[in-house]
Amino acid sequence: MSGTPELWLVIIALGIGSFGLRFAFLGLVGDRTLPDWLLRHLRYTAVAILPALVAPLVVWPTATGGDPDPTRLAAATATFVAGYVTKNVFLAMGTGVAVLVGLGALL
Amino acid sequence: MAGDGVMSSYWRGVRDGFPFLLVIGPFGMLFGVLGTEAGLAIHETLAFSVVVIAGAAQFTALQLMTENAPTLVVIASALAVNMRVAMYSASLTPHLGGLPLWKRGIVAYFLVDQTYASSLLEYEKRPDQTLDRKFAYFLGVMTPICPPWYVFTLAGAMLGESIPPGLGLDFALPIAFIAMIGPLLRTPAHRIAALVAVILALAFAWVPFNLGLIIAGMGGMIAGAQAEVRLGSTP
Repeated sequence: MSGTPELWLVIIALGIGSFGLRFAFLGLVGDRTLPDWLLRHLRYTAVAILPALVAPLVVWPTATGGDPDPTRLAAATATFVAGYVTKNVFLAMGTGVAVLVGLGALL
Repeated sequence: MAGDGVMSSYWRGVRDGFPFLLVIGPFGMLFGVLGTEAGLAIHETLAFSVVVIAGAAQFTALQLMTENAPTLVVIASALAVNMRVAMYSASLTPHLGGLPLWKRGIVAYFLVDQTYASSLLEYEKRPDQTLDRKFAYFLGVMTPICPPWYVFTLAGAMLGESIPPGLGLDFALPIAFIAMIGPLLRTPAHRIAALVAVILALAFAWVPFNLGLIIAGMGGMIAGAQAEVRLGSTP
């Protein structure tokens, strides 16, 4: 991936796209408001895309060749529960890594 | 005297932005380490943080590139994760829309979760400030957040070079994502959106070019919006 035109295409396109999203209203639209139905869908983009991205990685991890793995499943569950209960991203990460490393050493 | 007011707004911003260093530091380091582990050169990882300057979107792009997803899917998914900044932009417009275009451009570039949250709070607390002071406050908040994002990415990338590959870091990125999801699930509609997205992502994992992710993402968004209407909850 390193040094390929594709990588720079991704970086530059994401740079332009992210700036475009940030500049859209502030720079171009002014005070006009977006239709409600659009805002309503935009509210759920991150909370839909992130779980969709991660679910297959948890159930079929790349490192095991796609076989479900109890250690990774347990670590994922622990991370999620810790994040959901405490609302603290770093506490959740710490919990997940501890379970991953701890169970990895045991099994 | 006007200059004093602007400077005091700037420094108030710096003070309000400072605690976010505790979030920016570890996240920037993590992106740097994982970027290097994914095979990026140090300058490429740093370019990501300077050009894109959006944590979750950068992690998404990195993950999909390691899966060799098509470039278009990488870009579309990462932008979808970053879609919320368009809402930030809309919400700051009543406060900063009167600035000259180049200053609005600067605000847009530095518009991230933390700078948005702090400045909106400030503008609602002190709505009568001059535009110059509002802009100075924004620059103040940005100072301890955005340049450190680059520096910590660089430090992480350099650290990543010294970590041998294959140290079980394959699961670090999924763990980071899962940790970000929990705190996002604020309302029943958010939880439904996430649940539907997970089910669809698993059901459509077989679709080529990682398009299952796009299907699941759109399905989750629709489910969230529908749930919001039916449950009558507005976050």
